[in-house]
Amino acid sequence: MLELDLTTELDRQLSVCNACRYCEAFCAVFGAAQLRTAIGDGDVAYLANLCHDCRMCYDACMFTPPHEFAINIPEAMAAARVETYERYGRPAYLARMVRSPGSVALATVFAGVALVAAAIASSSSAAALWTPQSGPGAFYRILPYAAMIVPALALAAFGAVCVAFGARHYARDISGDNTAFVTASSLGTALHEALALTYLKGGGAGCYDEHRKSGSRRFFHGLVFWGFLADLAATTSAAFEQEFLHLLPPYPLWSVPVVLGTGGGIALAVGVAGLVAVKRRSDDRPTEPRMIALDYAFLGMLETVALTGLALLAFRSTSAMGALLAIHLGAVAALFITAPYGKAVHFVYRFIALVKNAHEQRNIAG
Amino acid sequence: MLLSPQAARTSRGRDVDVVVCGGGNAALCAAIAARRAGASVVLLEGAPEHMRGGNTRHTRDIRFAHDAPNAAATGAYSEEELYADLLRVTGGETNETLARLTISESKSLVEWMTEQGVRWQKPLTGTLHLSRTNGFFLGGGKQMVNTYYDTALRLGVRVEYDALVRELEMDGGTVAGVVYDRAGSEARIAARSVVVAAGGFEADVAWLAEYWGEAAAQFMIRGTPYNTGIALKAMYGAGARRIGDPRGLHCVAVDARAPRFDGGIVTRIDAIPFGIAVNAAGVRFYDEGEDLWPKRYAIWGKLIAEQPQQSAFAIFDAKVTGRFIPSAYRPVQADSIEGLAAQLGLDAAVLVRTVAEFNAAVPYGGSVRLGELDGCRTEGLAPPKSHWAQRIDTPPYFAYPLRPGVTFTYLGVAVDTQARVAAADGRPFENLFAAGECMAGNILSRGYLAGFGLTIGSVFGRIAGITAAQHART
Ligand SMILES: Cc1cc2nc3c(=O)[nH]c(=O)nc-3n(C[C@H](O)[C@H](O)[C@H](O)COP(=O)(O)OP(=O)(O)OC[C@H]3O[C@@H](n4cnc5c(N)ncnc54)[C@H](O)[C@@H]3O)c2cc1C
Ligand code: SF4
Repeated sequence: MLELDLTTELDRQLSVCNACRYCEAFCAVFGAAQLRTAIGDGDVAYLANLCHDCRMCYDACMFTPPHEFAINIPEAMAAARVETYERYGRPAYLARMVRSPGSVALATVFAGVALVAAAIASSSSAAALWTPQSGPGAFYRILPYAAMIVPALALAAFGAVCVAFGARHYARDISGDNTAFVTASSLGTALHEALALTYLKGGGAGCYDEHRKSGSRRFFHGLVFWGFLADLAATTSAAFEQEFLHLLPPYPLWSVPVVLGTGGGIALAVGVAGLVAVKRRSDDRPTEPRMIALDYAFLGMLETVALTGLALLAFRSTSAMGALLAIHLGAVAALFITAPYGKAVHFVYRFIALVKNAHEQRNIAG
Repeated sequence: MLLSPQAARTSRGRDVDVVVCGGGNAALCAAIAARRAGASVVLLEGAPEHMRGGNTRHTRDIRFAHDAPNAAATGAYSEEELYADLLRVTGGETNETLARLTISESKSLVEWMTEQGVRWQKPLTGTLHLSRTNGFFLGGGKQMVNTYYDTALRLGVRVEYDALVRELEMDGGTVAGVVYDRAGSEARIAARSVVVAAGGFEADVAWLAEYWGEAAAQFMIRGTPYNTGIALKAMYGAGARRIGDPRGLHCVAVDARAPRFDGGIVTRIDAIPFGIAVNAAGVRFYDEGEDLWPKRYAIWGKLIAEQPQQSAFAIFDAKVTGRFIPSAYRPVQADSIEGLAAQLGLDAAVLVRTVAEFNAAVPYGGSVRLGELDGCRTEGLAPPKSHWAQRIDTPPYFAYPLRPGVTFTYLGVAVDTQARVAAADGRPFENLFAAGECMAGNILSRGYLAGFGLTIGSVFGRIAGITAAQHART
């Protein structure tokens, strides 16, 4: 376990790295650390999120414990990321969810499902939960459109606002004297690096799991990401068909929402399962227990959403539809509520860190 | 078809075709090459698994000749140029046949290493001065070692850790097998060929003391504590011919606060040419501006070893901070020279006088150009500082406490072009081979050529593996 004062600890470890530089080709962290002779709090928040957790530097380091230098950069970075998630979580009292991700996930999913079930029961009848429905508008006979869309939009808007506040605070803290790091060129570079998952490539070797390096983590992460986007697109296109084409769900198998939703759902489900499999066989030393808990909680919720979504599609004309809809919508709600206070936000801070790094590197080059 | 070690045992009456003693670069190259040549191979690494890989864990780059840029290097570097570089650093003391063989074989190393899974780093800022002649493996030496182990294991090499080889069992003029520690008790393994690639003896401080006396007790050993030279002694015991100066050490200035062993690359101190060096008495003892890196870098270990308590201090001021490669430790810092002396445990009056005399000998207005021999020298000072002499007058003042840090030893065994170890009478043992640091002295008798230790180890490891396999299987 790490010392509590992560800034002192990372300052110590990175001064060894700056004298060594063997890991400079794995990722952007070591190049960025070299620009800093001493590490402050803002640097920790920056570097920790610039780290993509490929763990190659753990495998490559000749100074990992039990060596007296006790270098374990991925572990320290993971711990610092957990702190970022809590420190920049808004509002602060909700950010305490970061501390117990497992129970938060269970509690919010159960609460979400119960609420949706209650909404169904009160808006139509309890029997709607187990009575087969079919034809256009089948979902809304169980739960009216407004009862579905209004809370969903409200939750999404609330989450987005909270994350935006945290992100702004984060960007300020890591910027030091240079507050103008967001430029068209730094955004472009960062976007490319984020979409390509450049820093999960480990300089070409992949990620370190245990005794072997492979591209599986990057591959499954890509599935999750694009699967998730496809699902979002499916939902949006469904809303479009409904609002503008006046077609009510459930949609036919070969419609845009269903194809995107199914493809996305499968990609998401497979991607999450793959990430869990990689995680289970991974060496735990280069990470941190709190981060492992956050990872599993987030992956668990994603998988619940993906699988119930797919099940809903498969069994939508059976008597299971009502119950499945309740579980699916409940899990989606839980995912949205917890998103600003768990692993889900990682991409926000990571992206900001990438933008800053792109700017910084351009400045040295130019 | 590759035979399993068990199959080899039943078919040949020996436990295994090839035993490789050691677990660093040379040993791994030998094991992989022997296995690829069809032999059953056991590799005995004296260190526990987490320490596997010897000093190779700490390496960064490898030198090789090449006619055109390739995956690892930016420009051509001919065999003749490499040979000339070798002659320069050794003062011509090299076995020309073996040296030329190493250099011509080095041309295929990048391709061979890549085939074994080693990846290369694109030349970056930190590597610029070597990017034409040397290849930098992605992630450094331990990453390369891990890759080699993965490949060796995948090919079916049997690896034993904590397996320190103590003795070679001889049967007349041939080796019959080796005796080694296995989990604390003695084990033996019969082999048709034996490759010794167990590094130098730099980690045996008592052995160093035979040549360096009490000073050895203050030496820092930059690499693995497992290179104690036991296998080297075993070869001498079997009648192998010695080569190399037993007192020969590659030794640099390292931070006195470093771990006694295994501090690796991050403890070396590169600050000396930027200020002055004083000994424990607070006085200067050598020209800090004599020559450029890397020559200046490699002389300071021995210079410090000759000082009282094998101790010295690099002293510089705020003007030059950030100009040299940092080390893992922050320098000691004070607002005055007296304050610095107090923290270093030096006599303040003496140190103040040393700095004042040095400053007085620096001609006014001398502006130094680091990175070239700029001729900014002291006047009327003994010893002089021949280049980069500028006053130490801008607080805060800084110091690094220094000790000699041993990189490797040059003592070894004589080998021939097939990596066969030579007996005292010069004739080769037919099935005893050596590769790496324990025979590098045939080629690099003294001095240092960055990245060439690995070249010798890889070339001779590969040759040893192939010849050992051929011998075992005919
Ligand atoms: C800090 C540092 C940096 C260096 N950087 C470079 C560089 O960048 N490029 C370069 O070319 N050279 C470098 N060198 C020199 C380098 O170590 C050698 O060139 C090279 O690694 C030697 O390889 P080797 O296989 O002969 O020995 P090692 O890699 O030291 O391997 C020796 C192996 O033998 C094992 N062993 C020892 N005794 C026994 C026994 N009795 N039985 C069984 N096993 C035993 C050890 O555990 C170890 O695994 C560096 C050295 C140091 C210390
Ligand atoms: S993690 Fe280890 S090997 Fe990598 S740069 Fe830091 S000290 Fe060097």
